[in-house]
Amino acid sequence: MSMEELFHPLQEPMILAAAISIVVGAVVVVAGLTYFKKWGYFYKNWLSTVDHKKIGIMYIAVALLMLFRGGIDALLMRAQTAVPDNGLLDAQHYNEIFTTHGLIMILFMAMPFVIGLMNIVIPLQIGARDVAFPRLNAVSFWAFAAGCGLLNLSFIIGGSPDAGWTAYFPLASTDFSPTVGNNYYSLALQLSGIGTLLTGVNFITTIFKMRAPGMTLMKMPMFSWSILITNVIIVFAFPVLTVALALMMLDRQFGTKFFAMTDGGMDMLWANLFWVWGHPEVYIVILPAFGIFSEVIATFARKNLYGYKSMVMSMVVISLLSFLVWAHHFYTMGHGVMVNSVFSITTMAIAVPTGVKMFNWLLTMRHGKIQFTTPMLYALGFIPIFTIGGVTGVMLAMASADYQYHNTMFLVAHFHYVLIPGTVFGVLAGYHFWWPKMFGFRLNEKLGKAGFWFIAISFNVTFFPLFILGLDGYARRMYTYSASTGYGPLNMLSFIGALGLAVGFALICYNIYYSWKHMPRNEKADVWDGRSLEWATHSPVPEYNFAIVPNVSRLDEFWFAKKEGRDITAGKIEKIHMPNNTGTPFWTSGFLFLAAFFAVFSLWIPAIISMLVVFGFMALRSFENDHGRYISVEEITETEKSLRGDK
Amino acid sequence: MNKKLSLMFLAFGAIAILSGCEPLTVFNPKGPNAQTLSNTIILSIITMAVILLVVYVLFAFMLTKYRASKASADYEPPHEEGSHVLEITWTVIPIIIVAFLAIVTVKTTSSVETTPEGYDNKEPLVIYAASSNWKWHFSYPEEGIETVNYVNIPTDRPIEFKLYSFGPITSFWIPQLAGQKYAMSDMLTTIHLAADEIGSFMGRNSNFNGRGFAEMEFEAQTMTQADFDQWVSDVKANEKPLTEEKFKELLAAEHVGRSSYSSTHLDFSPAPMAHGDMDMGGMDHSDMDMSDEDMNHEDMDHSNTDAESTHSH
Repeated sequence: MSMEELFHPLQEPMILAAAISIVVGAVVVVAGLTYFKKWGYFYKNWLSTVDHKKIGIMYIAVALLMLFRGGIDALLMRAQTAVPDNGLLDAQHYNEIFTTHGLIMILFMAMPFVIGLMNIVIPLQIGARDVAFPRLNAVSFWAFAAGCGLLNLSFIIGGSPDAGWTAYFPLASTDFSPTVGNNYYSLALQLSGIGTLLTGVNFITTIFKMRAPGMTLMKMPMFSWSILITNVIIVFAFPVLTVALALMMLDRQFGTKFFAMTDGGMDMLWANLFWVWGHPEVYIVILPAFGIFSEVIATFARKNLYGYKSMVMSMVVISLLSFLVWAHHFYTMGHGVMVNSVFSITTMAIAVPTGVKMFNWLLTMRHGKIQFTTPMLYALGFIPIFTIGGVTGVMLAMASADYQYHNTMFLVAHFHYVLIPGTVFGVLAGYHFWWPKMFGFRLNEKLGKAGFWFIAISFNVTFFPLFILGLDGYARRMYTYSASTGYGPLNMLSFIGALGLAVGFALICYNIYYSWKHMPRNEKADVWDGRSLEWATHSPVPEYNFAIVPNVSRLDEFWFAKKEGRDITAGKIEKIHMPNNTGTPFWTSGFLFLAAFFAVFSLWIPAIISMLVVFGFMALRSFENDHGRYISVEEITETEKSLRGDK
Repeated sequence: MNKKLSLMFLAFGAIAILSGCEPLTVFNPKGPNAQTLSNTIILSIITMAVILLVVYVLFAFMLTKYRASKASADYEPPHEEGSHVLEITWTVIPIIIVAFLAIVTVKTTSSVETTPEGYDNKEPLVIYAASSNWKWHFSYPEEGIETVNYVNIPTDRPIEFKLYSFGPITSFWIPQLAGQKYAMSDMLTTIHLAADEIGSFMGRNSNFNGRGFAEMEFEAQTMTQADFDQWVSDVKANEKPLTEEKFKELLAAEHVGRSSYSSTHLDFSPAPMAHGDMDMGGMDHSDMDMSDEDMNHEDMDHSNTDAESTHSH
């Protein structure tokens, strides 16, 4: 590949501008760290940390960055289609943008945001001092970050994937996508997917083995339940992605024919493998949001969650069904009435447990005392909007009707109506809710609420017109359309909505800056008068989470203890064992990134050398004698005193 | 406010969909199969509107009645575990609704997957529709003609489109006549439809297949059987036959305009086997490789009885 080919994306002025701004941003950060002599601090406290709370914060930081990358993609797409025959983007550029928009929003925004929140909250909520494998947790994060970096690099060097986020074969094969774009696809997803799989193992173990004494599974808060189930789905679904991506790489770079048009390759095999992972993936990002809504609604309705047991049951049923519906993504493949009917019924069946949850949330508010805080607004906004997404989902599940919706804007509208109020509202509710726990100060409520209203209203303006466009025969992924189709006005409306969404997300960002400047510090630990254990410890949370691990006898133990005037964190302080920080996961993933980067360009010798370094780090680890360290009683007492404000 | 907004949009949507002066494409069917799909969709919208209404009313009720600003300062919300009666109710009612929609789905899916009702006694017209790059090839084996980027069909007669692709997966869709179906390189799929009215309808590929995807449209024109026969004989008389060389040239091109030929490509580049045959024959489908020009006619005959029967006419 010549240099000119390698850097051909930079010939596009918009990409060049983006690349320059990234370089300038990086230079500013590096210069800043050097000028303020913060390299040591940065390395010690962040790059080499194994603290689940800091890892969680880094996940969320990356997710927010990616929200903006994916959001700019979205704005460009809406701008391009705002008027007929628009020339803002050419077909190639548009194809790359909708491909990376999908990939980034699902895999590098929604999922890391969820994983970030669970990293921060789960150990606290189950009364644990750490996750089961703290060092593995750092490996997970850095592997994910490497994948994320690789995918974002693609748009500067060599060209982004352009075959859609589903990368259907044979379109994604070298016959029809000869650039390195889809090599980036297979390798970037592989890296971050492995990170996610490790997280799955880590959190299942954490939740099963590290709950506070007395906390049986049925006394666990709903968010913890949702995360447990999510991680079970991860562990079952992600290996399928790993295999599919490996086969994709073999097909693209080693000339095998698993998914090819010739020599017995089966293009629909890719579609099956992709959706066997891809459909559960939808629930991987949405079940945690259901957990967050359960916590937020219970907290701000000031009531316990209605129908706890049926909430847990419904989530288990959803997780099982999530593996039985993948073929609804290609009803139109022609696999006959029988297969289509079976998948129609399993798909529609998901509406039943989801409905159960919906009504339980509504009934949780009955006889309550509802406070309209920012997180609560997101949880409440979710209900009416997500219901539209849900009912259109049932409509799409009907195989016959789907022959008309498939691949149209109707589908696009549907999944945005599910994923934005579901996942995005969910993580934003969680983000506003747990922010004081992370940083010790609140986000400004006025700005938070303004952000919510901008997002909620603009969201409907953006996506409702797409339902109508879809029913008018507007196929998705068309970079342009002619004026005679009449699609212009509704597309323009949708673009205006997208601008409103951009304002909403900008407000959320501005709120970080504003609150950091102006909001009072040393907020009390239990800011919202919460119900679960994370509110029993200090804000910000000390490294060891709980000086005394609380005993639990019932669901919402902390809430009842408060009512009864008990302190569940009282007791004799003993020394606490904690893992040592280590830079190895960071450096290992650095070399993993290099290996993948070389592999994208089929430079196998440097790729193998980088991989050998990775294996070297692993081998070294097996000889390492790292038993962690103890935090002394004095130090804990000191920390506790200062965090309490020493009353 | 947000809820009101959603309701407003829903109302607008319903108005646009159900009563608008110019109905949306999908709700403006011109054939029995598209009509079935349109009815199914309208039925599901009405059913879903009822569910939406229930949720919205309940939601509005909870928010207005139980807001903190309306409660007295010392009001302590009670502890409520849940209610078996209520929980069973909102499990069973959705199950009934889903069961109802499932029956509708199975019925309508099987009805659009066969010759439309009322047309059973008529001989179907078989048309092979193949995609390559960003164009469509239509072969009429019975008539022995082929067109590119437009298809003419007679009204009041069942039509069977046999779909396949010379490249990425595409999806063949004429929304006013039938729902879409994939065209793939290694298997044949079938769309059944019939047209009730004379007119010109938009047809397109709706599955993303690369750079020229947005422009991958064709015109489907319906006409009386007499006009259709006239058109066929005109093509037969006036157009050149499709040579293998010309066809290769067409395949390689990205976009082309309309054209017509007095023979089909099926003779030298037959369609793959029908979907479903794969499981039965246990055959090695490497001999179905379509890029293989040497493939002889027998390969097709044993794989595709439909094609065989139409050839023998």
